[in-house]
Amino acid sequence: MASSTAFDIRIRQLTKAYGPIRALDGIDLDIRAGEFLTLLGPSGSGKTTLLMALAGFLRPDCGSIQFAGREVVRLQPHKRDIGMVFQNYALFPHMSVAANIAYPLRLRHVDAAEIARRVEAALAMVQLSGYGERRIDQLSGGQRQRVALARAIVFEPKIVLMDEPLSALDKQLRDRMQIEIRQLHERIGSTTVYVTHDQREALTMSDRVAVLNGGRIVQLDTPQAIYERPACRFVAEFIGESSFLPVEAIDGVWHHAGRALTIAQPPERDGRRLLMIRPEWPFVLTGPPSDDRPTNRFEGRVANLIYQGDTVLIQVVLADGSPVQLRQVARGHGSGDLPAPGAAIVLGLTAADTVLIAEDDGERP
Amino acid sequence: MSWLDRPASETQITHRDRLWLYGVTVLVLAFLVLPTLIVIPMSFSASRYLEFPPRQWSLRWYEAYFASATWMDATRTSLTAASLTALTATPLGTAAAYGLYFSRLRLGKLAFWLMMTPIIVPAILVGIAIFYAYVQLKLVNSLIGVVLAHTVVAIPIVMMIVTAALQSFDVNQERVARSLGASRLRAFVEIVAPQIRFSLVTAAIFAFLTSFDEVIIAIFVSGGSNSTLTRTMFASLRDQIDPTIAAISTMMIVVTTGLVLAVHAWGARRR
Amino acid sequence: MSGSATGAARPSPIGAPGGDLHAAALRRDDRRERLALFGLALPALLLVTVTMALPTAWLFWLSLLADDGTLSLVNYARMIEQPSYGRTFLTTFEVGFLTTGLCILIGYPLAYTLSQLPQRTANLCMIAVLLPFWTSLLVRTYAWLVLLQRTGLINSWGMALGLWTEPLPLVHNLAGTLIGMVHVLLPYLVLPLYGAMRAIDRDLIRAASNLGASPAQAFRTVFLPLSLPGLAAGALIVFILCLGFYVTPVILGGGKVTMVSNRIADDIDVFFNWGAASALGVVLLVLTLSLLWLTGRLARGVNLFGGGHV
Repeated sequence: MASSTAFDIRIRQLTKAYGPIRALDGIDLDIRAGEFLTLLGPSGSGKTTLLMALAGFLRPDCGSIQFAGREVVRLQPHKRDIGMVFQNYALFPHMSVAANIAYPLRLRHVDAAEIARRVEAALAMVQLSGYGERRIDQLSGGQRQRVALARAIVFEPKIVLMDEPLSALDKQLRDRMQIEIRQLHERIGSTTVYVTHDQREALTMSDRVAVLNGGRIVQLDTPQAIYERPACRFVAEFIGESSFLPVEAIDGVWHHAGRALTIAQPPERDGRRLLMIRPEWPFVLTGPPSDDRPTNRFEGRVANLIYQGDTVLIQVVLADGSPVQLRQVARGHGSGDLPAPGAAIVLGLTAADTVLIAEDDGERP
Repeated sequence: MSWLDRPASETQITHRDRLWLYGVTVLVLAFLVLPTLIVIPMSFSASRYLEFPPRQWSLRWYEAYFASATWMDATRTSLTAASLTALTATPLGTAAAYGLYFSRLRLGKLAFWLMMTPIIVPAILVGIAIFYAYVQLKLVNSLIGVVLAHTVVAIPIVMMIVTAALQSFDVNQERVARSLGASRLRAFVEIVAPQIRFSLVTAAIFAFLTSFDEVIIAIFVSGGSNSTLTRTMFASLRDQIDPTIAAISTMMIVVTTGLVLAVHAWGARRR
Repeated sequence: MSGSATGAARPSPIGAPGGDLHAAALRRDDRRERLALFGLALPALLLVTVTMALPTAWLFWLSLLADDGTLSLVNYARMIEQPSYGRTFLTTFEVGFLTTGLCILIGYPLAYTLSQLPQRTANLCMIAVLLPFWTSLLVRTYAWLVLLQRTGLINSWGMALGLWTEPLPLVHNLAGTLIGMVHVLLPYLVLPLYGAMRAIDRDLIRAASNLGASPAQAFRTVFLPLSLPGLAAGALIVFILCLGFYVTPVILGGGKVTMVSNRIADDIDVFFNWGAASALGVVLLVLTLSLLWLTGRLARGVNLFGGGHV
């Protein structure tokens, strides 16, 4: 299947209110052509609403949606020429697998021979060659998933939308399908907008992630930036685990519990922030404070050790009472001797790993 | 330990203690089912007095039915009216159910209840209201009049069945079809209708039966050469117990029961 | 709002795509789509309105006209003055209450037993309850006519078994009417009652047993009260349907049982008195609608199919 020239998507001021609730609150978003963008957020954040608006099943109160420069916000769904995969696959039970996949081609008046060829090609792409004559109820969950994908791409749409397509699958299948969907996206070269509430999925598959909350985009960034430099506490808590320490600037120097901190990229403005600590960043300091790497020290006591198979979670309470969690590999390199509960402990954090974030999404770091 | 001594409920009361209840239940069920069923063998009785069990078996009442021009005309009228009613009420009711279900207008609720009135309002009132209208429109004693009136009564039933089907239908199917390029109409014909076809056929059958069995409106509105079977039966029953009616009843029971059981069996097989 | 310190720059504004960003146009599109869908219901709506709603309204109007065409309440006054109308209402309510009472009497045990059976057996028995439901009213009424007559099955078997010596007058009177109506209306009571009984949480009975109640006490103090809303709803439906019954009283009543609907028909067929008939119709309709409203309140106040759950 030849890769088609993908479309870019430009969304301006998209708004949808249900009474006092703003499901979409003036969304502005640019999605690059050929990009894999994930809309990530908790339930009610507006991500599915946004997807439905892109598909045309939801009419916004106002706003603009353009596909490659063409205004589509008033266009009916069946004229938008996009591929869509639903959470429950929505395969037509009264048609065979091949008939399901052929459906969009029939609607586009493609001739029968060409239809057969393209259906075969689509089935091959999702590794279901030879399944054409099966009935839908004969397929497993993973297979239905693939048929839904094949049906959504067989007519080479420039834009593909996916609404939590993997949430009904078990973990192993889900992990495998994540990689397959990403590969499919690269092969057909369309612009893909993917909705999920699973942050691991978002980080695995996307070129960029848009985190939504309360109908607004809170951060739009690459997965790495989202994980390592979240814009605010909401994003930091939604993605991955972290501990937070309150910090404050006094005359341009940032302090935690009275102690000055060395920060690689300090914020521009003074005030109050949160120090976000991902559990894999701190290390246990055993020797005296002399070191050529700038390191921040935190003294405390070990409260608990929780064995979790591949890692050990060490819960520490600092001198000022703040809780911090760190993870260490349970065996092999880096495990060393684990501290005992109740023992005194000193944690080190490099200046580069000392990240300050805003309390809420109104402020910039 | 026979089944009689096994517990029958959470209170551990035994079946034996409840035998009297089971007896009553069997009697009530017999009361419900037997009277209708008894008509069937009675219709084969040679005597005018419809004995059970028949001392002599005969087909004379069936012969009388098929030989009578009045009964044959009435049957023809009823079958035609019922078929036309099913053909009219099913599309109209389905379109109405679909439109009201998806338009979500506040007016829709009002419209829905307005269309339910033919089955909420007592049948006698529906009868005289339609009769009154037909007197003005000169539609009394016409087949069209009967079909229109029965359609009005069948539409609410079709709507209830189709609305229930739409409520349990996966609306994502329709959305997917539209996202793939089908207009609403096409999506309905190719995707929705085939999947709710069980309900559509059930609705059509019930529309048919509603018209076929309907008495009160037919009494007022049908007449002369366009009398329905029910009207002719009713007129005959007021005067005397015509044994031919036993034969007609048997055929009606067989047809109705057959249709209902067929629908039931088809529904059970789908699951 | 979107973008970040390290991410892409803020998206550039597109030159005013339609002033208010299509808000007015989108509203219009929405309106148009909903009206188009509503339009699908128009043919059916028109048919019902023209054939039924309008004539019914006209009949109301008729009830307010005297014979000479002036506006008056004479039709309603006649209902209060003439004793025959009083008798008609009395008969109607008498039949209604008796039928409902009999239905409750034989329907409750039936519904109870069915609700205690395993689902599959109960479904099978339900067919027995529903089958008469779908047989034509005329056929069922005719069956009773044949069974109840002097030379009919009931009398010949009763006398043969020595239960009575003279053939009992079981038809062309109130008794026959009641038997026929109970037979027709029993399923309308059993169905909602069965549903309500099925929904009663079995754990409540177990709790009562565990706390010391005998089976009879558990039934009386726990099961029965929880089944009452379903019973009330079913009973109301039966009563409402009784009010409007026409066919059975005529055939099985032999002219001695005149209910409201019979009176209405007579007023038109025999007396051509549309005013009187429509006035009676109005009263019947008001009565029916009020009782239906009451049933609706009852069904909503206590979930008919969730009895017993807090």
